Parts: sequence; structure tokens; C-alpha cells
Amino acid sequence: MIPLTYMMSLSAIIFAIGVAGVIIRRNILVMFMSIELMLNAVNLAFIAIGSRLGSMDGQVIVFFVMTVAAAEAAVGLGIIISIFRNRETVHADDLTLMRW
Amino acid sequence: MPPFFFIFLGALAIVSALGVIVQRNPIHSLLALIATLMTVAILFIGEDAVVVGFLQIIVYAGAIMVLFLFVIWLLNLQVETGPTGHLALKFFGSLAAALLATELFFILAPPHLRVKFTHEPAGYGSLASLAGKLFTDYLVAFEVTSVLLLAAVVGSVALARRLPGTDDPRAARKAAS
Amino acid sequence: MTIELIAGAIKAILMILAGLSLSLFLLYFERKGSALIQDRIGSNRATITGLGKRMGMPNLGIINTSIADPIKMFTKEDFIPAGADKFLHTLAPFLSLFPVMITFVVIPFGDTISIAGHHIGLEAANLNSGALYLLATIGLGVYGTALAGWSSNNRWALLGGIRATAQMISYELAMGLAIVSVIMTFGTLNLQEIVRGQGGVWFGFLPRWAIFTQPLAFLLLLVAGAAESKRIPFDLPESESELIQGYFIEYSGGKQAVFMLTDFAEQALVAMLLTTFFLGGWQIPWLMRDGFHLPGGAFLALPALAISLMGVVAFLVKVVLLCMFLGMVRWTLPRFRYDQLMRLGWKGLVPLGLFNVLVTAFVVVATGRVQ
Repeated sequence: MIPLTYMMSLSAIIFAIGVAGVIIRRNILVMFMSIELMLNAVNLAFIAIGSRLGSMDGQVIVFFVMTVAAAEAAVGLGIIISIFRNRETVHADDLTLMRW
Repeated sequence: MPPFFFIFLGALAIVSALGVIVQRNPIHSLLALIATLMTVAILFIGEDAVVVGFLQIIVYAGAIMVLFLFVIWLLNLQVETGPTGHLALKFFGSLAAALLATELFFILAPPHLRVKFTHEPAGYGSLASLAGKLFTDYLVAFEVTSVLLLAAVVGSVALARRLPGTDDPRAARKAAS
Repeated sequence: MTIELIAGAIKAILMILAGLSLSLFLLYFERKGSALIQDRIGSNRATITGLGKRMGMPNLGIINTSIADPIKMFTKEDFIPAGADKFLHTLAPFLSLFPVMITFVVIPFGDTISIAGHHIGLEAANLNSGALYLLATIGLGVYGTALAGWSSNNRWALLGGIRATAQMISYELAMGLAIVSVIMTFGTLNLQEIVRGQGGVWFGFLPRWAIFTQPLAFLLLLVAGAAESKRIPFDLPESESELIQGYFIEYSGGKQAVFMLTDFAEQALVAMLLTTFFLGGWQIPWLMRDGFHLPGGAFLALPALAISLMGVVAFLVKVVLLCMFLGMVRWTLPRFRYDQLMRLGWKGLVPLGLFNVLVTAFVVVATGRVQ
């Protein structure tokens, strides 16, 4: 078995890359993709610990996370399409209507 | 899984994840994300979570990413040209992410993580054991998930449809003539 | 361990070569078979230094389609249109070919043979979740066509690409439901076990092929498979009279050859899937492990190696017959309109598939197959 440290550090690095993507990029779609990266990093952590504990709970939780991610992707993309229809932009800096 | 294989897959995952956030062309970002998803799915299969690994490819890389692709097409997103600015944001953002990674490493590495390692039972990761858990211990969550998916379908159709006569240029012209 | 590795590698290469040669055969059948159906002659001019003509043999057009055409395609100029995304344009054909090629390795083409004391199962990769692997790789086939349509900087290619993507993801669902019904009937995801479960007879004479227990699923997989591989009547993405070549308009030379190869290889793959799941794979009716047990009561003993090789030949025969059937359907039926296609996929096949899964579930529980 791969030592747990390696798996968890890989998961941590991918999670941090996802966080960096959400902070740095201003294109809403790329921010959304970075959120999917974060979800995947968490899935990896669940599977790694689950297989070392010998429990199927990790895999079941990953199953549910995947389903919720699918539902969230559909609704989120619907929101992005609505934003595009009304504002003609997907750049987060241009959506300043509710600023002070 | 032999260690060199894991190091190769890990490096591939990190490089493609960096590719997602660095690329200017949204479709190249999407391809990098698909590569990351496939690599993570292979890691799942290496950890004996075979069914979940294949489900990751079928659901995530095969369906959700196609949805992203359709939206990129629909919005006709082009390559982001020109100076992007926000240098201070980029610098402090990357710094914060690096700090987060270090902090997570210290919290989640085994000396701190109290995980008691046991053996894997027979049939671990097979469809039968996954289904067994889903339909006994997690039955309520399973049923609620189906309602959640229905809500997501209805919600996304309601959000993305065009209301008749509002912003469709052809419908506006037909209404005017 | 090394023996298994080498045997696995040889089998994988064999399966991919088989897929490629089936594609070549399908190319020939497209030309000559369609000519016969349409009451014309087809191509019959190319010869190698006129050898056949001098010997008095009729020219069957084999040299034309199998040697001259591929040489022509691979030696054409390979250009990328202006304004196209170079990386995606070059990546798309191979991204389209890759999932089809890697699917061939899990299909069982024979029973276990023993050579020099080693038992070698005749499938390149005996995965315990073979059917899930199939669904995964079929789902990945979308990206090649999508990116080909997008990266060509051509509105007809884009139209073809969008239609192809929508069609493929719609019919993937129907395929999955048909495969799930067969999985429930046999209770295993392992493809070799599904084929083994189709041995034996009912009532003394009917072979236990899944087409007799799951006829609706067979029809579903046939229709959905034809739609997945974008064959007529579902070839709207590459409708030759509307979009000229659809999503691969801007491809020439070797890359177009790769796309056509993908087309034929996917057709062969659908035929292999139908054979494995419904027509008993490598099983010959009434042939058990020790010989023929004919319905009248006759028994013909055969050596084990001969039985295994006959199984391989039977698999090939079934696949070729199904490919020819798909080819004949192609040259007979007109094309579906886009809304008819979508309606058939979502409002026709998916409810039928779900109904089939429901009925199968009831029957499986009622006959006590589940613990």
C-alpha cells in the first residue's frame, strides 16, 4: 500500500491548487472548474483513508459527493448561462451591480 | 500499486491541476481538468475502490465535463487575451494556497491523524459491497439524493430556458413583424 | 507472472489488430456491398501490374479499397485551417480513436486454452468490472468528435460537432440501461462470466443466449449502438448531403483516415458488444467443453484445443455477420431528422430501457437468483 502520507499530501496539494484557482482566476467558468478540483481532492482523501480502515463508508461518501457535484454543476452552469444572458460577460470583475 | 506508478500519476495530477488554473483558453482548461479526473480515477482504482473509480470516469469525466463543454460552446468563450493584471491578487493568492497546502499537510499527515489501519475485507470495493452499504446504512441519503437530482434537473431547465419574447432576437423579430 | 504479462500483451495486440482488420473488411464491404445493394458495380479498376486481368480473374476491387485508398489517404497533404486551434485540431482524431481501441481488450473472444500447462483465458484483460470499463470508455468517445467540431473554425463542422455530442450522450444512456439488464440477468460484471453463462441449453435444444431472455434489451443495444457509432440512420453529425462531412470537414490526409478508422472500429465494437452480451460470444450452440451434445442425443467428442479455436472462429463469424447487418441497414434506411432522433433517444429508448430494467429486476428476484 502507498503510505498514507503520500496520498494525503497529493490530496492537499490538489485542494490548494483548486483554492488558488478560485482566488486567482476571474473567469467564472474556470473558477467553477477549480471548485470541481477541490471536490476531487476531497474524494481522493476519503478513498485513501477508507481503504486503509477497511470500511466501505469512504466509497459511499464519495459516491454521494459525486452525485451532489453533478447536481451542483448542472444548476451552477444554469446560473452562469443566465448571468451571461443578462450581463453579456463571464468575467467576475464586471459583475459589480451590488457593490457599494 | 508500485510506488513509481503512484509518483508518476501524482505528478501528472498536479501538472494537469496547475494546467487548469493557468491556461488562458477555457477549452484547454477543460481538457486539463479531464486529465486530472482520469488520473484521480486511476488512483481510486489503485486503492481498490474499483467501482467508484469507474463511476468517476463515467459520471465526472464522461458527463459533467461534457456539460461544461456545452456551456463553453454556448457562451462562445474565447481565449483571454491582453494583460490580465491583478498581480498583487495573484501573488497573495498563490501564497495563501501554498500556506493552505502546508497547513493541511501538517494536520492530515499520519503522526497527527489517528487512523487505525486494518485489513481490507474480501470483496472490498466491489459493486456488491457498495450496493450493500448504499441500500442498508445509507438508504435515506440515497433516496434524498434522487429527490436532489430531480430538483437539480428542474432547476437547471428553469434557469437556462429562454422566456418567450424576452431576449431571443429571432423571437423579438417575429413578434415585431 | 511474466508469462501472464506477455500473454496479455500479445492478446491485447491481437485484439487491436483484429479491430483494425475488421475495419478494413468493413471498408471493403462499404464499397462493394453498397454497390451490390444499389445495383452498381463499385470500384474495380486498380490492379497490381494487371496481374489478375492477365490471369482472367474478375477484379473484385480489393486492391482498390484495401491498398490504394489507404495509401492515397495517408499521402495527402495534411493542413490545419487558418484560425483553427492547432493543438486541439491535431489531438481530436487520436482522442476519438483511443477510447474505441482500448475497449477491444476486454472483449472475450474464446474460452480458456491451455498451452504447455499454462491456462490462458482468451481475453486480453479479465477485469472483474469489465462491463463498467465498457461504459466508461464508450462515454469517453464523445470528446474526439466534440473537439473536432469546435477546433475547425468552420460553422458546418461546429454544427456537426454539436449534433454529434448531443446524440452520443443521449444514446449512451440507452446503451447503459440495456447493458444493465444483461448484467442483472447474469449477476456479474465480468464479461467472460457473462459469456460462460450463455452456454448450455433450455428444453434440450434452445441455446441459452441472452437474446432469448432479453429481446428488448437486444433491440435497445442495437439501436443505441448504431446511434453511438453515428451510423445511418443516425448519421446526422456527418450527413453527407447536408453538412458534407460534418464534424470532420476540415480534416484531410492521415487524420481523416483516423476518423474513418474510428467510424468503422466503433461499428465493429458495437457488433462485438452485441455478440458478447446477447449472442453468446464465443459459444457455439450445443458445443460443451468435451464435444457436441446434439439435441437428438448424439455426442461428438472433440479435443479441447479444437473446441477453443472453434469458439474463436464462431465469435468472428458472429461479429462479421452483425457488421454486415449494420452495413445493410446503412444502405437501406433514410436519415432521421434531429428532433426525431432526440425524441427517439429520450422519450422512446430511455423509458423502454427503464421498463426493461424494472421487469428484469422483478424476474430476477422472483426466481430467487439473488441471495
